[in-house]
Amino acid sequence: MKHEIIIAGYGGQGVLSMGKMLAYAALVEGKEVTWMPAYGPEQRGGTANVTVIVSDEYISSPILNTFDIAVVLNQASLWRFQKLVKPGGVIIYDPNAIMEPPTRTDVSIYSIAATEAAIEMHNSKAYNMLVLGGLIQAVPMVKVDNVLKGLRKTLPERHHHLIPMNEEALRKGMQILEKK
Amino acid sequence: MEEQEYILLKGNEAIAHAAIRCGCDGFFGYPITPQSEIIETLALEKPWETTGMVVLQAESELASINMVYGGGATGKRVMTSSSSPGVALMQEGITYMAGAEIPGLIVNVQRGGPGLGTIQPSQSDYIQATRGGGNGDYNTIVLAPATVQEMADFVDLSFELAFKYRTPVMMLSDGVIGQMMEKVKLPPFKARLTRDEIEEKYPWAATGKRKPGQSPRIFTSLDLDPQVMEDHNKDLQQKYSTIKENEVRYEQKYCDDADYVVVAFGSAARISTKAIETLREEGLKVGLFRPITLWPFPEKELLELSQHVKGFICIEINAGQMVDDIRLAIKCSKPVVQYGRMGGMVPTPEEIAEVIKQNAR
Repeated sequence: MKHEIIIAGYGGQGVLSMGKMLAYAALVEGKEVTWMPAYGPEQRGGTANVTVIVSDEYISSPILNTFDIAVVLNQASLWRFQKLVKPGGVIIYDPNAIMEPPTRTDVSIYSIAATEAAIEMHNSKAYNMLVLGGLIQAVPMVKVDNVLKGLRKTLPERHHHLIPMNEEALRKGMQILEKK
Repeated sequence: MEEQEYILLKGNEAIAHAAIRCGCDGFFGYPITPQSEIIETLALEKPWETTGMVVLQAESELASINMVYGGGATGKRVMTSSSSPGVALMQEGITYMAGAEIPGLIVNVQRGGPGLGTIQPSQSDYIQATRGGGNGDYNTIVLAPATVQEMADFVDLSFELAFKYRTPVMMLSDGVIGQMMEKVKLPPFKARLTRDEIEEKYPWAATGKRKPGQSPRIFTSLDLDPQVMEDHNKDLQQKYSTIKENEVRYEQKYCDDADYVVVAFGSAARISTKAIETLREEGLKVGLFRPITLWPFPEKELLELSQHVKGFICIEINAGQMVDDIRLAIKCSKPVVQYGRMGGMVPTPEEIAEVIKQNAR
């Protein structure tokens, strides 16, 4: 099984870190994984995107132009990446500040109100974990436990007190995902 | 031996960790995108507190390469890293190292040019790297990693080759392999050489006060007597012949039954492989030949392969540089077409598949 994923949004939304959390979880599961950021002079408010490939087999190209899954977290990313999802693929978007929702009819579309949920949690830092929860609920490519295992392995000890908050966000994200 | 587990690292981070683990004595560098994570990782790891490795942010690229010159002359495993415009600045130091036969490692995580260009990936320093880059008749060994694992593995390999032949070695990577994360097994720790070990292994090294009866250690690339200089050049050329004979490295995939073969290195080889996999599913017999050493170039192997195929497609992220080496290697016996992008644009697998389709018919 191979999942070719683009995660895109504003700089500051935690797009790259979300990709990393997914990649670490895949590593815990013994899968092959690549994580390729669009690097550049990006900063808070600019655009950010990362291509993550999770596979049972050797991954040749870390660079892709079509995707199985697009996680799009702002309007610009939705416009840009909607057309690059393969037929039968998946689009997950955050409806916050989206004026033109996805229009594709040959893919599965999910919305996740993660901006709203993060505000309810009084924690903007939970945002990307909410979205990640939605992603692995829509396409169960890694187990929740392994996301947490990945976190424990990669977070420095001094940040381990944040793991319960991350777990809460992850599980909440799984619940609030809505199929369109 | 300790068994390492797989971890997730950027290519740049892998180079830093591998350097600490392979007994590297010193890193001298000046930050530049897209390779700054190398010196950042070294600064975070603080190897000076553990292995004793020196990490220094020099005032410039010129200073960095001349620190490598000095460190190498004392028999130390020292390195620098930069990206294209920075490596251009280092060329004087590299040719001096080649002339004075000083070992050392230079990592180039390429970005688009010419000039300051862009910070996005490119492979447009191929000719600079494989032809020496500086003045005079010399070559540096050039290794082209295509995975994060190779970014880690080639650090120790580069030092081994640099000291075996007393010559600068370059790792020619690019922004794709430097910035991407992939799983990697780091090599086990190897101790730095002690001064006694250096004196025993490298009798040419400048290790301190001369012992009685010992000749002075002089490192220079200058001799005003042209006859002496020509003899020195002949020795260098002899050494380069030995390297060409012994150190060619390459990888072949799907070449056994291939009608057409894509020749690509580094990140271009990764992207081309995806294109080839797609085309194979469509029944097109296409293979991949990936030079791992760009100098010495796998000439004999390509010539041999040319007898069994209809043609070659050279994919490189530049305007067409390695394509000349392919044509020379196969003595222009088969058609060779080239495709590339420039200025920081990276071709997609679909784009490459289309190029292969158009030419492999």
